[in-house]
Amino acid sequence: MNRITQKFRDKAPDEKLMSLFLTAGFPDLDSTVDLVLGFEKNGADLIELGIPFSDPLADGPTIQYSSDIAISNGITMDKIFEMVAGIREKSEIPIILMGYMNPVLRYGVEAFCKKAAAVGVDGLILPDIPVEESALIDEFASEAGLSMVYLVAPNTADERMQLADQKSGGFVYCVSVTGVTGARSGDEVSSSVSKFIQRVRTNVTINPVMVGFGIRSHEDAQDIASNADGFIVGSALIDVMKNSYPEEGWKQAVFSFVHSLKFGK
Amino acid sequence: MNTELKTTYDQPNARGYFGKYGGKFVPEILIPVISALEEEYNTAKDDPEFVAEYHQLLEEYVGRPTKLTFADKLTAHYGKAKIYLKREDLCHTGAHKINNAIGQILLARRMGKTRIIAETGAGQHGVATATACAKFGLKCIVYMGAEDMERQKLNVDRMHLLGAEVRSVESGSKTLKDATNEAIRDWVSNPDDTFYIIGSVVGPHPYPMMVRNFHRVIGDEAKKQILEAEGRLPDYLLACVGGGSNAMGLFYPFMDDDVKIIGIEAAGFGVDSGKTAATITKGTPGILHGSMSYLLHDQNGQIELAHSISAGLDYPGIGPEHSFLHDSKRVEYYAVTDDEAMEALKLLSKKEGIIPALESAHAFAWLENLMPQTKEGEIIIVNLSGRGDKDMKTISENL
Repeated sequence: MNRITQKFRDKAPDEKLMSLFLTAGFPDLDSTVDLVLGFEKNGADLIELGIPFSDPLADGPTIQYSSDIAISNGITMDKIFEMVAGIREKSEIPIILMGYMNPVLRYGVEAFCKKAAAVGVDGLILPDIPVEESALIDEFASEAGLSMVYLVAPNTADERMQLADQKSGGFVYCVSVTGVTGARSGDEVSSSVSKFIQRVRTNVTINPVMVGFGIRSHEDAQDIASNADGFIVGSALIDVMKNSYPEEGWKQAVFSFVHSLKFGK
Repeated sequence: MNTELKTTYDQPNARGYFGKYGGKFVPEILIPVISALEEEYNTAKDDPEFVAEYHQLLEEYVGRPTKLTFADKLTAHYGKAKIYLKREDLCHTGAHKINNAIGQILLARRMGKTRIIAETGAGQHGVATATACAKFGLKCIVYMGAEDMERQKLNVDRMHLLGAEVRSVESGSKTLKDATNEAIRDWVSNPDDTFYIIGSVVGPHPYPMMVRNFHRVIGDEAKKQILEAEGRLPDYLLACVGGGSNAMGLFYPFMDDDVKIIGIEAAGFGVDSGKTAATITKGTPGILHGSMSYLLHDQNGQIELAHSISAGLDYPGIGPEHSFLHDSKRVEYYAVTDDEAMEALKLLSKKEGIIPALESAHAFAWLENLMPQTKEGEIIIVNLSGRGDKDMKTISENL
């Protein structure tokens, strides 16, 4: 069984799984493997490893920044695959590569899927591939045994949610607010989100539901994900990395934040 | 059976594909938005009231039809085919961009949108959008790269005067590509009340098709005018290509005709200099800003910085229909350098008393290569897509 599906199967009924997004190669190339292993020790259940792209048009300033740094650090797809292989030597945490389609297309869609599966990647999230355009990659991903995770947003109609559910494997990614990625104040997110997630629950019946965008604390997560299977944190985590790096002990500061996200203070 | 059927050009398909190019590569949040737009456009384009209002505005506000001017001095200079100029420089605001801005603003109003956003490179599309918003009393926000704001200050001032807010984009190369990223981020954040007026035949479906159709008036008029003037169709069409809207506007009505069609890209310092905007000449297929098309990108799929003396051509992508027309060989694409464009700009100014936009000058520069191959009695139409006043600062620095 796929590591993602296994993880949801093993989850306690009340538990909220925590998926963490980090940009591969940020803040430097050498830290990514250690960060992922440390995240796992401190409560991460799944990892979304970001493939940096020069023009991340669904992302806010934080992820744009981390992507620019990673690119200037010399990140490449093969280096990302090496990182995943390095993580796999020590961990069975589910790993999902997340990024824009152009670097995947340039690598070669089939070659990318095969190589990703071979090094131990479990799934893919490609925000600029809506279900309409899934034909470009679905078959290759499926042949390689990679789960495709599609997104639903507050303005996604019921039928489209059902379609995303049918096309997805692992889980469905629920975007809590209309907007780009980035940490937001709690009020901005929670006011209408519970109604929305209720609607997602009604339409997404095959896969678990993970909710992301705008979560920056344990309290946010418990609130927003109360009716979901788990939550995703990206920009808030990268902000902590950005603010602590390269101070002595910066990784420990990041790990403390991760621990607090999952378990509270 | 060996009946020769006349093929009819019918791109794109229902999914927004021109051959393998185009599509809708956008975040989920934008899918309902572009689906609603597609539906509205498909209804509006067949609504006689909408069509009549659009054409009335083009006539009374934009100043259409624009003239087709016989360039007798330029023709004499080369001494071969007759050169005609399609005078988009005479449009209100000084370039063809207003045709599309008017069309899209009518759609925005029809859809009840109250907030208009746009991206701009040279500032021509920004000015056109700000103009249309002023005319229709809609809030207008234009995203423009910080570097472009510097080299096109005149257009920034014009937009301010027209009541638009111009937001400086400091990310990436600080040019058109980054302004487009920022406009899309705004759109993703405000999908309900905001209409994004894309300025070229780029972006997700239905934009490439819709923008082309709002500009086809250029080709429709040119066809009628050349038939009146010469009693026959031209042998050549020539236009500059950045995103490619003025070119598609001129080319589209001639697709099924026996006319040789040529698009000219900006080579910048030269196609192999690493400082170029010649997307078809130097690029390979990829995905940027919502569609699959030729792109300038490195081996890791990171988008490369384009360079052109002309801010309007300084873009690492190109409209998906041009990619299709290149692959299918219906249109030939070549590139000319910054210097060649400047020389052509000077020549047209001196010979015809018309200062073209730096963008349009690229098309004229190709006459140096094309004219020796032409014969007396043949006819060329060059799209003079905009006037050069906005470029005077750059022109002065390069004289």
